[in-house]
Amino acid sequence: MQQPNKLRPFFENLNFERDDNTMVINFGPQHPSAHGQLRLVLELQGEQVVKAYPDIGYLHRGIEKMAENMIYNEFLPTTDRLDYIASTSNNYAFALAVERLIGVEAPRRAQVIRTMLLELNRIISHLFFLATHALDVGAMSIFLYAFREREFAMDLMEDYCGARLTHSAVRIGGVPLDLPDGWLENLARFLDKLPSQIKLYEDLLTENRIWKMRLENVGIVTPEQALSWGCSGIMLRGSGIKYDIRKEEPYELYSELDFDIPVSDRCDSYGRYRLYMEEMKESIKILRQLIDMYYTTDSQLMAHAPRYISAPKEEIMTQNYALMQHFVLVTQGMRPPKGTVYAPTESPKGELGFLIRSEGEPYAYRLKCRAPSFFHTGILQDILPGTYIADVVTIIGSTNIVFGEVDR
Amino acid sequence: MRRYTPKDNVQKRAKYNDRYWVAPIIPRVDVSEDEHFASVSKIISESVELLDSYIELGQLVLEIKPEQNIDAITALKEECGYSVCSELSAIDYLSQDGEFEIFYQFLNMTERKRARIITRIKENQSIESIVPLYDMAKFAEREMYDMFGIYVNNHPYLKRIIMPDDWEGHPLRKTYPLEGDEFASWYEVDKIFGKEYRDIIGPENRDPARVDRYDTQRFARVGKEVPFGADPSLVDTTETPIEYSSAPLSDYNKGPHKTLDKRK
Repeated sequence: MQQPNKLRPFFENLNFERDDNTMVINFGPQHPSAHGQLRLVLELQGEQVVKAYPDIGYLHRGIEKMAENMIYNEFLPTTDRLDYIASTSNNYAFALAVERLIGVEAPRRAQVIRTMLLELNRIISHLFFLATHALDVGAMSIFLYAFREREFAMDLMEDYCGARLTHSAVRIGGVPLDLPDGWLENLARFLDKLPSQIKLYEDLLTENRIWKMRLENVGIVTPEQALSWGCSGIMLRGSGIKYDIRKEEPYELYSELDFDIPVSDRCDSYGRYRLYMEEMKESIKILRQLIDMYYTTDSQLMAHAPRYISAPKEEIMTQNYALMQHFVLVTQGMRPPKGTVYAPTESPKGELGFLIRSEGEPYAYRLKCRAPSFFHTGILQDILPGTYIADVVTIIGSTNIVFGEVDR
Repeated sequence: MRRYTPKDNVQKRAKYNDRYWVAPIIPRVDVSEDEHFASVSKIISESVELLDSYIELGQLVLEIKPEQNIDAITALKEECGYSVCSELSAIDYLSQDGEFEIFYQFLNMTERKRARIITRIKENQSIESIVPLYDMAKFAEREMYDMFGIYVNNHPYLKRIIMPDDWEGHPLRKTYPLEGDEFASWYEVDKIFGKEYRDIIGPENRDPARVDRYDTQRFARVGKEVPFGADPSLVDTTETPIEYSSAPLSDYNKGPHKTLDKRK
């Protein structure tokens, strides 16, 4: 191995000067379309990619290691930093895993609020995808339009939990706060306006000649590849396999909600783009149903499980035993039973699941975050060869990878 | 005497443990309770030796021998329809048993069922790659190697994936401290400045909560402030007393005290 120094930095002994016709280029990690910190080493024959090697780890923060050194409640805000575009889905996936471990179910109102936040986050994430993907491909105005709507959705999140990106709005056992006054009306207003905006995006893009030329038959993922690579979410449904965890293994309120799972058998970036648009419409449908559901719930927000979850604030301030429990849970942390849990959820990117091995200690013995983007990055090494250098950016964009959860 | 800290597991531990508290165990259901899982368990037991099989929280768990992982997973994929491997990684049990536990998490899309295959290997033992069966192992096994140092046989490109290629140590082992080891504290200093500058730069501060009293660029010198970037050794660092507001405060300790004589 070459000894790296200041003048000869470390490049894994990449041989950039070649005798044959191929050229090796280094794409990223600081490239605007690398979606964060992706480094791709591409071997090119003319304009065609012969070999692609995705190199990740530039955003590694050791989140799985941190999970082993934090009590469960302490770790929850850290999950915000996984997929930071849709942090509620990470909070929820972690909370769900711990809830299954300790056998607690959130009260009805908390479930409604959580499902609302999850779907609102899906819209935020999909709008972000659309904006950045279109920008990567070259459609600048879509970026501005989509970010405007995303801003309204983020305002709603901010109204609810005070944060715009790192929400931590879902807690183990429920949600900490009820919806503020007028929030549902604002949400309804947002939902009324959004379909016309989605129509605007679709009018601009769906039949756009340039958009179609750039996306159609680009980034083909065959169903076999998608299954073998463990693809999930839209990467899987874009390849014609209809599997959505919300529908097939329902969690939260999804079994009671009426929504469709759009699926496309085009297997290309264009099909995936269409799915993102359709999913946003489905999310609007779900959110509308949830608004009606909210009014039928009673006011309990956190599950009652004194062994694992602190009592509500009023009880802590008035009852001695609740205060003692709270003190122990904050200073020592909850001790879930021994065992392993794997709880899959459908995040906007795909199957996000936490595998937690508990040894009955307040610290997780092992926490594995199954991040969808990790495998969607891996599949790049198989789908990029044979494509052209101009399409590489489109393909990275349409996999919708977020490096917070790839590197963890 | 210095407090004894175990070296084989340097992760955070609970400070207080109740002597009489026994952690409950998540109930393990017998595989015969679920028709599909019973048939899967039967098919797998025909091809390999099953050490244990049970249902935990609605998911099938099969424990096998590490040498037979390919046979078991092939049977699971080809005969039981588990077409997706969602995740694989390891759990470090070196301090207790001298073993790693490797888990493979599978999904059957037609039955909507999930199964997990677990197997235990010794520290220096390696395991066969499942890349011929599932492409996702191309990345997942690299991560397992990177994080735990478990060698995977016949992997097409077994190389560190998340940590740099010239990193030493495997971060998810229980012996690896959270803030990194000696190597980690010098890694970037050596990279950016070179080894010869170690004395001048000093090791990297990998503890975000550390207070450095010679740090003049941050707010870590309450009461001993110096101008921004100034060398603290040249500046008079006698402690500046903290100034309190001189606004008149009423002293409630003086004056007539409330007596509780009447509360007999």
